[in-house]
Amino acid sequence: MDTNFWVIQAFNGISYGALLFLLASGLSLIFGVMRIVNLAHGSFFLLGGYVALTVIWTTGSWLLALPAAALAVAVVGLLMERVFLRPLGFDPLRQVLLSVGFAYLFQQAALDIWGGDNLDIVPPGILKESAVVGGFYFPIYRIFMIGMALAVGLVLWLAMEKTRMGAMVRATVDDSEMARGVGINTSRVSMFIFALGAFLAGLGGFIGGAFLGVYPGLDFAILPIAFAVVIIGGMGSLTGAAVGSLLVGLADNFGKALFPEISYFTLYAPMVLILALKPTGLFGRE
Amino acid sequence: MSMDGRRKLLIVTAALLAVLLATPHSGSYIIVLVTHALIFAILAMSLDILLGFTGLPSLGQAAYLGMGAYLTAILASKFQFGLDWTFWLVVVMGMAIGAATAAIFGLFAVHAGGVYFLMITLALGMCVWGLAYRWNSLTGGDNGIVLPPRPAFGIELADDVTFFYLVFSFFVAALALLYILVRSPFGRSLVGIRENELRMRILGYNTWLHKYIAFIIAGGFGGLAGVLWAHAHGLVSPEDVVLATSVDALLMVVLGGPGTLVGGAIGAGIVVFLREYLSTLVPWWQYVLGGVYVLTILYLPGGLLSLPERIRQWRAHPAGAAEAKPMQSASH
Repeated sequence: MDTNFWVIQAFNGISYGALLFLLASGLSLIFGVMRIVNLAHGSFFLLGGYVALTVIWTTGSWLLALPAAALAVAVVGLLMERVFLRPLGFDPLRQVLLSVGFAYLFQQAALDIWGGDNLDIVPPGILKESAVVGGFYFPIYRIFMIGMALAVGLVLWLAMEKTRMGAMVRATVDDSEMARGVGINTSRVSMFIFALGAFLAGLGGFIGGAFLGVYPGLDFAILPIAFAVVIIGGMGSLTGAAVGSLLVGLADNFGKALFPEISYFTLYAPMVLILALKPTGLFGRE
Repeated sequence: MSMDGRRKLLIVTAALLAVLLATPHSGSYIIVLVTHALIFAILAMSLDILLGFTGLPSLGQAAYLGMGAYLTAILASKFQFGLDWTFWLVVVMGMAIGAATAAIFGLFAVHAGGVYFLMITLALGMCVWGLAYRWNSLTGGDNGIVLPPRPAFGIELADDVTFFYLVFSFFVAALALLYILVRSPFGRSLVGIRENELRMRILGYNTWLHKYIAFIIAGGFGGLAGVLWAHAHGLVSPEDVVLATSVDALLMVVLGGPGTLVGGAIGAGIVVFLREYLSTLVPWWQYVLGGVYVLTILYLPGGLLSLPERIRQWRAHPAGAAEAKPMQSASH
């Protein structure tokens, strides 16, 4: 295990963490605002990848697929929240099962529309190459993923800290009853956050399509990892989602490389410990 | 026992007799299907102890099934243990490993409430899945473990009908034991905790200990289901402990009717039918499965077993029919 191993694994871990951030930041906000365990979040990710593929096939434009995928999935999330989740009221168990029902419906629909093959989103020219820095090869696409996560994280942070809507979201995360009491329309906030979460997951699905592929089963494969990020970082906290993504991305890469036999255990056991000791996560608020 | 209780007991006994008498004369595929349904019914009833009676919605019940199943598979394939009369020892060991796992997991999970209990049981279930998936030298990784032919100890379990009788007996025994449990003072305390934990605590009950013991018992019966599942399926793989299995178990209970025990069994029958039979008939069966989830949550808050009660209420007061109680307990 030379320097090369550590540098490459660290880089891979960080870039995987960047992808996880796109997926998990939305899940974290949804969890923080609505206290919903949304098991359809992996489906949003998968749908993002599939919609992007369709856009690329029909228009030939990779760049256009980016907003199209994210917006299409945001609309799906918006409808799901308004039509089904909102009337349900607060009941964690029923919300979970409803979201699973939708995950299965989405899975079947994806299978019918896009088939069962493993597909791949091919990025345009320059992104397929590698940058050589100090003798190390860094795939540019992974650098692009880190850049996207940084950009999205910055925009989200500004939106949460500097806008009126962001303040309303933060108030709802801290104490939704009090937020309602001071006149915040928490129903509107929930709708906005759920759609935003779906938007980010769709974006993640598009970005991840070139990296993980797009295939049936990806939804339930990526979902628990996103939950690990949310739990370790803390629900409803952007800083938490960022740190959690980085930790999980690195733990996943080094775990698989160093002790493959227990590598998933080393991912989920910390999740259990944090839930047991500090249920609000490393960065969640009390 | 009230008149109502006696009538329910009569209906359940009649239904069980019907299953017992009709199944062996059905097609070979139906026999396998019913056997699988009965095994998942044991898992669903174990979960009902938590969800229906104690109010703890566990998202990781497949973990205990997995522990029992992997124990059975490893002992059978690596040590040829449990393939003669020692099968009965494996049954005991399977329940013990399920209970022991729950005893460890419970230390982390039981004190958590509401949505945190969901999350922590999900994480615990993923721990077991992660080990099953990656610990190649022990679990065979993604491929899983193929079991040798079923045990024989005077009677040959390799025969599907004989195996059905065995699983049926285990199901009836589990139902009877759990029924006695929920009607015991301990079971009544669990319902009290479900209804109002704070009040129970003020009355002097150690509610944590009650929930912890319920968690362990549920784990033990989950382990039993695992032992039977390993031999029924002949293959144990990470597929058995994925999140979807745990979620399916929850659906079984909610679909049948939480807090009724037999509701979980009915739900298990429906879900196994959809997953194993309908999936061979039509390619779009997941629409049905997803639809059952969504419709159950939206329109059947008390599960199928609450339907007679709701219909009675609707007849008596057509206007107030929608206000049926979400949790119908059989122990009333």
